[in-house]
This record gives sequence, C-alpha cells and structure tokens, in this order.
Amino acid sequence: MSNAWRRKIISAIAEGFCAIAVLLALIPLAMILFYVVKQGFTSLNWAFFTQMPKPVGEAGGGMANAIVGTLILIAIAALLAVPIGCICGIHLAEYPTSKFSSIVRFAADVLNGVPSIVVGMFAYIIAVLPVKRFSAFAGGLALAVLMLPTVVRTTEELLRLVPAGLREGALALGATRTSAVFTVIVPAALPGILTGVLVALARVAGETAPLLFTAFGNRFWSISLRQPIASLTQQVYLYANSAYDDWHRQAWAGAFLLVMIILTLSIIARLSVRRLERMNRP
Amino acid sequence: MRRSADDRVFRITTGMFAAIVLLLVIGIGFELWRQSMLSIDKFGFRFWTGRVWDPVSGEFGALPFIWGTLYSSFLALLLSTPIALGIAIYISELSPGMLRQPLAYLTELLAAIPSIVYGLWGVFVLTPIVRKLELLLPESLRRTPFFSGPPLGVGMGMAAIILSIMVIPFTSSVAREILKNVPIAQREAAYALGATRWEAIKVAIGFGKTGIIGAIMLGLGRALGETMAVTMVIGNNPQISPSLYAPQYTMAAVIANEFTEAADDLYLHALIEIGLLLFIITIFVNFISRFFIWTTKQRMVRPA
Amino acid sequence: MLTAIDMERFNAALAPSAAALESMNAKISVRDFDFFYGSAKVLHGITLDIPDRQVTALIGPSGCGKSTFIRSINRMNDIIPNARAKGTISIDGRAIYSSDTDVVSLRRRVGMVFQKSNPFPKSIYDNIAYGLRIGGMRNRRELNNVVERSLIRAALWDEVKDRLNESAFALSGGQQQRLCIARALAVDPEVLLMDEPASALDPIATTKIEELIWDLKVNYTIVIVTHNMQQAARVSDRTAFFMLGRLVEYADTKTIFMNPKEKMTEDYVTGRFG
Repeated sequence: MSNAWRRKIISAIAEGFCAIAVLLALIPLAMILFYVVKQGFTSLNWAFFTQMPKPVGEAGGGMANAIVGTLILIAIAALLAVPIGCICGIHLAEYPTSKFSSIVRFAADVLNGVPSIVVGMFAYIIAVLPVKRFSAFAGGLALAVLMLPTVVRTTEELLRLVPAGLREGALALGATRTSAVFTVIVPAALPGILTGVLVALARVAGETAPLLFTAFGNRFWSISLRQPIASLTQQVYLYANSAYDDWHRQAWAGAFLLVMIILTLSIIARLSVRRLERMNRP
Repeated sequence: MRRSADDRVFRITTGMFAAIVLLLVIGIGFELWRQSMLSIDKFGFRFWTGRVWDPVSGEFGALPFIWGTLYSSFLALLLSTPIALGIAIYISELSPGMLRQPLAYLTELLAAIPSIVYGLWGVFVLTPIVRKLELLLPESLRRTPFFSGPPLGVGMGMAAIILSIMVIPFTSSVAREILKNVPIAQREAAYALGATRWEAIKVAIGFGKTGIIGAIMLGLGRALGETMAVTMVIGNNPQISPSLYAPQYTMAAVIANEFTEAADDLYLHALIEIGLLLFIITIFVNFISRFFIWTTKQRMVRPA
Repeated sequence: MLTAIDMERFNAALAPSAAALESMNAKISVRDFDFFYGSAKVLHGITLDIPDRQVTALIGPSGCGKSTFIRSINRMNDIIPNARAKGTISIDGRAIYSSDTDVVSLRRRVGMVFQKSNPFPKSIYDNIAYGLRIGGMRNRRELNNVVERSLIRAALWDEVKDRLNESAFALSGGQQQRLCIARALAVDPEVLLMDEPASALDPIATTKIEELIWDLKVNYTIVIVTHNMQQAARVSDRTAFFMLGRLVEYADTKTIFMNPKEKMTEDYVTGRFG
C-alpha cells in the first residue's frame, strides 16, 4: 500500500529533522565553548588575576579589580536576596493555598520575566538617582532583585518536599510553628536551598546590562560599597567594544573566567542535587 | 494560647517578607512610570509613532526601537521554534534512553552562557562568518528588500541568529515538560489506529498544543528583553528596515548605550519610558505564556 | 523402500488432525507464546485458537497476564521498552511477529478499545475521521459516510448526529467509550480487541456496551478482557482462563462456567478466590 509507505517515509524524515535540530543547537554550544577556551585560556596569566587595567592603549595589565568587583557584587546580592527570598519562600510553603500566597507567587513569576536592563533602571532610580552617585551597592541591589524570584521558588519547592512527618514530629514535641520551621524543616531543606542559591548566584554573576548604570565600572581599585565598582562582565564588554587587540585578548580571558565560574557553580549544584537525592532515599 | 500567638506572629512576619516581592513588582512599574513623566507629558502618544530620535534637539520618537525589538524577536522565534521543538521531541520521544539526560543537560548549558559571552562570540567569531555568507548571497536575492544594503555582517540578521540560539533552551525545556506529561493513553489510541511514530508524536503535540504555544511565548519574552548580545551585533542604528543586512536598534540596546550619556532630564525620562514599555510588554507576554502552560498542565492532570 | 509403518506415518502426517482442522478456521492462532518484560517472564507458552466472528473472553485474577496477552495481538507492547515476545501469533495464518510484518497495517486490521476511554481533544467527527485521514482518505463525502456508518455501528449515531462538531470531551463516560469503539471501527478492522471496556462505566452504560458487543460479533472477531465474570458469561462464546501468566483452561463459555475441567478454573468462577 503506497500510502503506508509514504507515511513511513514522512515519519523517518520528520524524526531525522528532529535529530538534526539537536545538532543545530549543539554546534553553536561547541563553537562558543571552543572559542572561549581557545582564546581565553591562552590569554589567562598571572597578571590577569593580579594586575589592574593599564591605561588606554598600553598592553598588559589585568582585571584584578573587576574580578574582585564581581565577587563583591554577588556577595551584596546574596546578602539582600537570600534572607528576603528564603523567608518569602517559607511563607509560601507554610501557607500554600492562601490568596496572598497566590498573589505573591504570581508576583515572583512576573519579577522573573522582567528584563535585566529594566531592573537596572529601577535600581538606578531608587539607589543612584537620590544620591547622584553610582555605587557597588546599587549594582548589588539590581542583582539581588534579579536573583530574588529564583531563591523564592527554590526555597518554596524544597520546603514542600520535606516529609510531613518531620513537622508533625516537631509539633508533637511541643514546638511552636516558628521553632518547628526554623529548627527542623528549614535545616532539612537547607542543602537544596543553598544549591539553588548557588545556581542563582551563577546566573547573576554573568549579568552585564543592569550594572551599566548602577555599578557603572571603575578603572581603579575600589571595594567601597558607595563607589562605582568594576565587574568582570562589564570589563569584558568594555574591552570587546574597544579597538585594541590586547584588550580583545583580555576580553576573551574574562569570558573564559566567567564561563568557568558559572560552570563550576552549576556542576557543584548538580552534584549536590544528586547527593541529596541519594540521601533522601534510604 | 502560646501556640496561636506564635502562629500569628510567624504568619505576619514571614508575610511581610513575602510582601516585599509584591511591592517590588508594583514598585518597579510605579517608579518607571513616575520617572518617565516628563517624556510622557511632552510627547504623549507621538512617542511611540515618532521615527526621529534626536537627543540634541530634544525630539524623541521611539518607533525605530520598537520595530527593532519586535522584528528581531519575531525573526528569532521563526528560527528557534522549529529547532527547539525538534530538540524537545527528540529528547522526549526519539532518543535512546542513555542520551536523554546528557542531551537535556547540554541544551540547558546554552541557557547558562552569559549574554556578554554570546555577544563576544557573536562579534568576533560569527559576524565574520555571516559576513562572508552575506557576500555569497546571489544577486537576485540581494535585490529583495530583505537582503538589501551593504553586507556589513552586523545587522538585524546577526541579531536574529544570536537571539534564536539564546532562546532555544527556554522553549525547548518547557516543550519537553509538556510532552512528557501528555497521557500515554493518547499515543496508544493513535498507535492502535495504525499511526506511525511521527503521527503518534503529532497527536501528543496536539494534546499539549496550548502549552507548547506557551513555551514559544516564553522564548519570545526572553528575546524581547535581551540586551548585551543584541547590542553587540545589531549595529545600533535607529533605522526601520526589513532588510536583514541593515544595522538597526532595539529598545534594550538603546537604553544600554545611551543611559549613562543622558545629560538632561527629558532624555533620561525618554529612555525610562522605553524601559516602561519594555516592562509592560514582557509582563504581558510572560503572563500569557504562563497562563497557557498552566492551563495545559491542568488538563493533563484531569484529562476529560 | 518404504515400510508399512512408514506409510502409516506418512499418511498420518498428510491427513489433517482435528486440532489442525480447527486451527484452520481460527482467526487468530497462538502457539507457545512467551512474553518478557526485561528479564521477567509474564506469559508462559500460551497456545490457543481464537475463532472468527465470535466473542472470546479472557478472564483471570489481576496480574494474570490477560492484558499483556491481548496487547500482544496488535503488538501494542512494542512501545514498551525492554519488552520481548517469543513464540507465534498468527492472524489468518500469517505470523505477526515476523521480521516482515508491517505493524502499522496490522494495527488497522486489529483494532483496540482501552479500559479508560481516550478520545483525542478534537471534535466527535474528527476523532472518528482520524484513522481515516492518516490512511489517506480526503474526500469529504467518503469521510462523512464512514463516520456515520461507524457511529451507527457503535450505537452512538442517534445521540450525537446533531453535534458532530462538538468536542469529544462533552460526552459522558459511556458515550466516550462508544465513540472510541466507533473510532476503532472506522478503519474497518477484522478483529476488535477490548481491554476491560466497561470497567470504568456505570451499569447502564455497561449494558449498552455489552449489547453492542453482541451485535458487533456478526461482523468482527472480538477478544475481550474482563475481570467481571458475569459479563464474560453474558457476552462471550468462548472463554479462556488465565492464571499467573499461563492459560489454565480454554473452552466454550458454557463449559467454563458450568462444567470446568480444572479445579483452579472452578475455584475462580465460583468465587473461591480473587
């Protein structure tokens, strides 16, 4: 029956296309990783990590201030987003069906979809404009807002996974809700929550747009929260846009470092998830 | 009773933290609106239809940026959707069991690469390649409005390509979730009627249709807000053109480039107004996307 | 030089035995059929003949393999990973587990109705037309005819003829199941496999399905899995009793229920165990 034949051929072709689609996505991935490693790894040297950027046009120098800057920025982001996000997540997990929780959950979803540059604008308006100065704090604030939805969602999901028996046991021993939550339930979910936080940090470490007019960047060494601060991502952007080959080289090095940081954090996260699953299955 | 007082305190305290999230969303919208008043008052609706963006003379029309954002996102969806769906289908239906996890992980890796790295790679590696391809394009096609203009490499076409790569993992992972949750009874019904494997897959897609549209819209939301990779390869020229060769400008890109140079308040407010529009559009698109995905998931839990 | 004994053996080999004669009228012929899920053997040496245009019921306690067996007849088990079959199942004399079997056409000849009705999220019309459309039928008039005919045969036409474009999900559970039967009938199968078709339905809907089966057997060979023994007794011509993956007894329904040969059969049909 030729109709059956035709359909089988169509089926094979369609399935083949799907396989090609996978290749089409993996090829750019491979290319990016290849170039980042090839151009970036070779440009990494001790100077990159320890030296400051040289004046325009001079070769050499490094991104020490930018590396430290990124670390400071994500530290600020974590300090702001983790407490707020976790407690919000705790509330959502403890009162999952309340109207208020639904609204907050929806708001977190909305926040998740706001473009990072718009969040940067917001941070500019509330943290830069009033004091008429760019600052590391403003940059950290922008990153915190970007991280917040992820922390909330991770915390809520992980708390919901904690077996109900744990809570009942604590309450049966006379614990108040507060103490049951903070001494039993949260600790049980803590490894997973920390993993989620790591993943969120990895993601915001790679952000550039919101820092452009909050942290603003700084040619010099600065670790003050109230001054502009350099960041790895912004420095890479700056160097990439320049006309100097040496700066291009350093941009690749910065990109390589960024990708390494993110990959490492995500691998740690994945391994912890695996270990967690094994721990929770007796 | 001690416990209920503690309960109340607990609920209110944690609730206050939760309210921060809510206040943030409202706050962002409010502040963006408040800080774009000068521009809203001066230009009104003309802001969205004006084609001239001239900070020097104080004339601000945002149409080129709206065009750039919408056109680049639309093209990105055109390229990414078939590939993302193909990946989702392959991973969830066709691939050998052992490959499933690694392929899923690799696809998600695409989402983990920072935007600036995409931009770097786009500018230094992909643009020269695309430029060579642009030069090779036959003369007959070069005369159509879609490929007119000098082949610079950077331009709408490059932006569309980079955006589509960045969007693929988002659409693909949601589509995969949806396909995984289609009840197996649907596929069995198709097989029992003599369907081929692809026909059975089509039945599954049909069942999860709404959710898959939601997945595509999720990708759209991502593309609309993308900044760094786009601004590095799109050419940053506020012109409206259907040509893939022409350098153009998006809302996110103009904000990124000009925000720190906005010397006067009107200029700043005009940029913030663009940010406000971006905010509203992405909220809207994401809302619809989540609604579609949620509806489909509901249907899968209770099929009939 | 052939001896007399050889001649005797030779003639015996040529003359068809009673069993062989019976199997020549069988629509579906099963010989030494084993089935494995991975390394677990779930069917052991099943051998039976299912006669044409009769209703054959498969009964037995949960987990006895009757569902696995019926799903082997249209090779639905193929979609389960690590599933393996050994032995032969033949339909009209042709083995269906051979390397040149076209599974797609097999499944058009052997239709299936599932325990829980599974209509597509389409209109009533499009549900029934689905099998026809993938088979290449495009002509609107032909489609209309077959859709109507299938719905009539499934005793659903009068109830839905004015709302063919409505969603299939708007129908009641019993109606949806009859829709699924109509959908299976539309592609004109010769055999209809029914895996506990009424177990999710209320008594009235169940009766309707049973009446339908009785009417359908004039034109189709029907194999039905049921855990409801009264149903098997009401509806079938022959009954096969499965237990722990083996065929314990197979005979015409009256014998199985009134006069079973095996003690296990008797225990089961009289309700002495599960």
